[in-house]
Amino acid sequence: MSNIARAFERPAFIPFVTAGDPSLDVTEELIVAMAEAGADMIELGIPFSDPTAEGVVIQDANERACAGGVTTDDVFDMVARVRGRVDIPLVFMTYANVVYSYGIERFAARQEEVGMDGVILPDVPFEEKEEFDSVFAAHDLDVVSLIAPTSNERIRTIAGAARGFVYCVSSLGVTGVRTNITTDIGAMVSLVREVTDIPVAVGFGISTPEQASRMASLSDGAIVGSAIVKIIAREGEACVGPVTDYVRTMAEAVHSI
Amino acid sequence: MEASTTSRGRFGVHGGQYIPETLMNAVIELEEAYDRYRDDPDFNAELERLFNEYANRPSLLYFAKNMTEDLGGARVYLKREDLNHTGAHKVNNVLGQALLAKRMGKTRLIAETGAGQHGVATATAAALMGMECVVYMGTEDMERQALNVYRMRLLGAEVRGVSSGTGTLKDAVSETFREWTARIADTHYCLGSVMGPHPFPTMVRDFQAVISREARQQCLDATGKLPDAVLACVGGGSNAIGSFYHFIDDKSVRLIGCEAAGRGVDTYETAATMATGSMGIFHGMKSYFCQNEYGQIAPVYSISAGLDYPGIGPEHAWLADTGRAEYVPVTDDEAVDAFEYLSRTEGVIPAIESAHAVAHAMRLAPTMTPDQIIIVTLSGRGDKDVAAIARYRGEDLHE
Repeated sequence: MSNIARAFERPAFIPFVTAGDPSLDVTEELIVAMAEAGADMIELGIPFSDPTAEGVVIQDANERACAGGVTTDDVFDMVARVRGRVDIPLVFMTYANVVYSYGIERFAARQEEVGMDGVILPDVPFEEKEEFDSVFAAHDLDVVSLIAPTSNERIRTIAGAARGFVYCVSSLGVTGVRTNITTDIGAMVSLVREVTDIPVAVGFGISTPEQASRMASLSDGAIVGSAIVKIIAREGEACVGPVTDYVRTMAEAVHSI
Repeated sequence: MEASTTSRGRFGVHGGQYIPETLMNAVIELEEAYDRYRDDPDFNAELERLFNEYANRPSLLYFAKNMTEDLGGARVYLKREDLNHTGAHKVNNVLGQALLAKRMGKTRLIAETGAGQHGVATATAAALMGMECVVYMGTEDMERQALNVYRMRLLGAEVRGVSSGTGTLKDAVSETFREWTARIADTHYCLGSVMGPHPFPTMVRDFQAVISREARQQCLDATGKLPDAVLACVGGGSNAIGSFYHFIDDKSVRLIGCEAAGRGVDTYETAATMATGSMGIFHGMKSYFCQNEYGQIAPVYSISAGLDYPGIGPEHAWLADTGRAEYVPVTDDEAVDAFEYLSRTEGVIPAIESAHAVAHAMRLAPTMTPDQIIIVTLSGRGDKDVAAIARYRGEDLHE
C-alpha cells in the first residue's frame, strides 16, 4: 500500500503539470505552491516526444519541455529536491516508452528513492500492465489503472486489479477542456465500487469549480490538467501566482462538497 | 524475462496492445470481427472479386531482362504492385479493411498517410463503398506530395494537416489514434501498415500476403524453382511482410528488407530503424524504434515520405531477432540512382520507396550467378515522385 490513499482523506483535488514547462525550476515552485493552495496530490508529467493521449494543450507543453532539453534524470533530480518541501502524494504521468527505455526496474527504483508514489501510463492498458506492475509493486509503488467511457464490462476486471486509485476518464477523446461532460460518471464509479474500496478520481475535460465539485461529488476526486497548463502557456515564467490562485479556487470548490 | 500473461498479438517479445483504455474495446471488437471473417468464404470471395476485378490483381511478375543483363549476375524479377489500381500495394490492405469495416457496420474510415499512397487507397475504397473518409497527413508531407493531397480530395476524402511534432508520418499516426479515441462508434481506423496494436500487424499482413502468395507461384511457373532472395523496401513494413510471408518456411529464400538510410546511418538524418534503433514501446506496439537514450522518438529523415517512419512492424522485429530476415540500409543517393536506373533500363518508373529495394538489388545481383533468382517488389509507381527527384537533381520543377 502506497502513500496515495492519504490524498483521499477528503474529496481530492489533483492538479497536473508537465515537468520542465516552462522550466524545471518553475515546476518545482509550482509543486510547492499548489500543495500550499490545497492540492491533495499532484500529477507530474514526464515529457514525451509523442504524447498520443493528449490534446493540443498538453501536447504543446510536452513539446516545450522537450525543446528545453528536460530528461527523465533531470525530472527525478527535481523531485528529489522538492520532496523535502512537500509531503502530499506525487504521481508521475508519462508514456510506456519513457519508463521502458529507462529500464522498468531502474525507473521504479529511482522513483522510490526520490519519493514518488505512483505512475500513470495512459498507453498501458490492463492487458499490458503486468510487465510494469510486477516491478513497481516490488518497490511499493502503484501503477494507476484507467477506466474509460467505452470500458463497459471491463471496468470490474480493471478495478478488481487496481492499486492506488482508479483514474476515471470522463469523456471520449484526448485530454483537453470540455464545456460539457455527458458520460454517466456515477454509473462507472458504481461498477468500481462493486469490486474495490480504493478511491476513484475523475479526469479529462474539467476546468471550472462547478465541474470539479460535481465530478468529485460523484467520485473521490477531480483531476485537472489542460486548464492549468493553459495558464502556464500564457504566463510562462510568471505562472506560479496565477496557477496558485486557480488551484486555490478549484481546491476550495472540491473541499466544500 | 519479458512476459505478459494476458497480452495478445505477440511476435516473440514484440507486438502487443499498448493503447489507451478508451480504444481497448474498439480493438477487441475489431479482433473479434477479423477472427470471424478471415476464414469466411463469402468475405474472402468478395475480397478476391475486388482484388481481381477492381484492383487489377494478380499483379505481374516481370522478368527484368535488361537489368539482369546489365548487372551480370542473378536473374531479376519485379513483382509489379505498382500496376495495381491506385498505383501501390496499399490497395490490398485497404480493400480488406474497408470490407471488414463495412461488415462491422462502420460508416466512416480514418487513416494516416505518409507519401499519400495509403491515403489515396483509403479514399478510393471509401468512394467505392460509399463511406465517409478523413485522412491525416503531416503538413511537411502535404507539401512533398501535393498531388496526392488533391487526389484524395478528388476522391471525396477530407485531408487534415498535422503540424505537431515533425509534421510527418509518425505525427499523422498519432493524430489518427487521437481522433479514433474521440469517435469510435461509427469509425474504423484503416491503419496502413503492419504496425500499431494487435490485431493490425496480423490483419494487415494477411491482406498483403497476397503479394507473396502470387509471387511464389508465379516464380515456380516461370522458372520451375523458388527465388534465392526476395527484396522489398521497409518503412512500417507492409509490402515487405506481404512479399516475405509465403516464403518464410522456404528456408533457402533470403528475405531482405531495405530501410531508408536517408543521408546515411552514421548521420542523424536517417530512418533506418534496424540499423540505428533500439527496443521500445510506441504507437501501440513493442518493437524497434529510432529513439534517444530517454526513449524520446527521433525526428527521422528520408527522401521518401513513405519510409520516413521511426519504427518498424513487430513481425519484422521478430524476423530480425530470429535471423530469418535481413535488413539493410539504403541511402537517398542510392535510391535516387536506382529510381533513374530502373526508369532508363526497363522503362519502369518506381516509387522512391520501392527504389530502395531496387538499389539493393543492384548491389546484390552482380554478386550472384545467372542460375539464381532475385524477386524485387515494386511496391508502387513513381509518378508521385518525379517532381521531387527533379528538384533533388537541381531542377526547378514544381507540381
